[in-house]
Amino acid sequence: MYENIEQLQLFFPEVTIENGIDMTTVNVPVEKLLPVMKQLKDNFGFNYLAGLTAVDYNEEDRIEVAYHLMGIPEAKEIRVKVNLNREKPEVCSVTSIWPAANVQERETYDLLGVIFKGHPNLTRILCPDDMVGHPLRKDFKKEGGE
Amino acid sequence: MAEKNGNLRTEEIQLNMGPQHPSTHGVYRALLTLDGERVVGVENIIGYLHRGIEKLAEDRTYTQFIPYTDRLDYLAGMLNNLGYVQTVEKMMDIEIPERAEYLRVIMAELSRIASHMIMIASMALDVSGWTAWFPPFRERERILDLFEMVCGSRLTLSYMRIGGVANDIPEGFLPNLEKFLNDLPRMIDEVNGLITGNEIFKARCQGVGKLDLDTAIAYGVTGPNLRASGLPFDLRKAKPYGIYDRFEFDVPTLNNGDSYDRFVIRLLEIEQSAKIIRQAISNLPDGPIKAKVPRVIKLPKGEVYHQIEGAKGILGFYLVSDGGTKPYRLHIHSPSFVNLGVLPLISIGETVQDFVVNIASIDIVLGEVDR
Repeated sequence: MYENIEQLQLFFPEVTIENGIDMTTVNVPVEKLLPVMKQLKDNFGFNYLAGLTAVDYNEEDRIEVAYHLMGIPEAKEIRVKVNLNREKPEVCSVTSIWPAANVQERETYDLLGVIFKGHPNLTRILCPDDMVGHPLRKDFKKEGGE
Repeated sequence: MAEKNGNLRTEEIQLNMGPQHPSTHGVYRALLTLDGERVVGVENIIGYLHRGIEKLAEDRTYTQFIPYTDRLDYLAGMLNNLGYVQTVEKMMDIEIPERAEYLRVIMAELSRIASHMIMIASMALDVSGWTAWFPPFRERERILDLFEMVCGSRLTLSYMRIGGVANDIPEGFLPNLEKFLNDLPRMIDEVNGLITGNEIFKARCQGVGKLDLDTAIAYGVTGPNLRASGLPFDLRKAKPYGIYDRFEFDVPTLNNGDSYDRFVIRLLEIEQSAKIIRQAISNLPDGPIKAKVPRVIKLPKGEVYHQIEGAKGILGFYLVSDGGTKPYRLHIHSPSFVNLGVLPLISIGETVQDFVVNIASIDIVLGEVDR
């Protein structure tokens, strides 16, 4: 078990680590996400997926998926981010590592249109099945909006 | 699938339970696949109460969003308020007055007690324990009266503000609160006498919906449900936010992880919350209740994730700011939504009547599931 998160770079030199306001943030290239997550869970003790969501930066033409991990019971926290192409936002599903991701990835797909490859049942969860578009995208047209 | 069984032809049927069903605790629908009385498949169908609160947040200022948080877990409004305002404060670097901190703890714990009381009452009701419904609801009414005294509302409270709380407590609040706390053990005795030790209740709940610890962590289950599976993990202790590090309390745990333990743990947690409130009352300092906050709140560019121990589990707010007066993105990680994800797993192989017990015991609230 590794204590220092910087040791992650021994395994994955391509990740960058920065200190956020609240916790350490690890930026991961999209193709390395699954092995990095597995490493974080198995050897760094982040056994709990505390949050999974995405943010649409339409002006920068990217969608950022943010994973918040926690180590139970020490309650240490870390944020992992991947950047996706806004036109084709695809990333590997982490359901095989944390089954908790199942509903949260479905929610992110529903509201932001991120495709999680390898998800067992990637369908809408909150919005109606026949809805068009993804409401949390910044260019989503709100009815009656200005 | 059709199957020959002696001379009888049996087949699986699909049954929609909900969205209008008394034991789904709101507009939740379960699509059950049944083999006779036995559940062989469960699909959660949610979203009936989706109001797009996260989208609405992007068009509201930081202060304007507070009332929306009441409508997440509407049975524990104060806790949602607390989680949200602390998230914003984390980015602002302001000092909260001591009195406000203590008032926040009192209100948050009262909300937790109220939420657990609903769970106890409605779970009893779901297994036809009608009499046991009354003591928790009777006492919860007194909590709502106390809330009404401080903020005029009973359910949608909006009591917390960025930098403090909205109002100071009025005269007569503390004596009423003290009286409520003194009467609380009587309510717990009543519930224990009426339902916790009841043979029928035990037969309906013990060993039903068993959730082991590893599965619970893997599926992201938190809160009382996790503690009923044997792990004493409570953010108030593990990673204290606000002033929770100043209080002495225990984190009750039970080991069976079944519906019965999930019921009992709530009773134990009520006692601990009462213990925290008593300490907060005796240490309640005088002073201001709100820090000086600019009229227009502008947050620096950046992002912050803040988690608190909600009534149902860990409630997280992920706030992304672009430097403006409104959130660029606000994500709400709701415990009910995640806890619901484990319901199919623990219910498969059991009967429909067990499924009713399981829904009640994981304690979901649809306002928070659907957002």
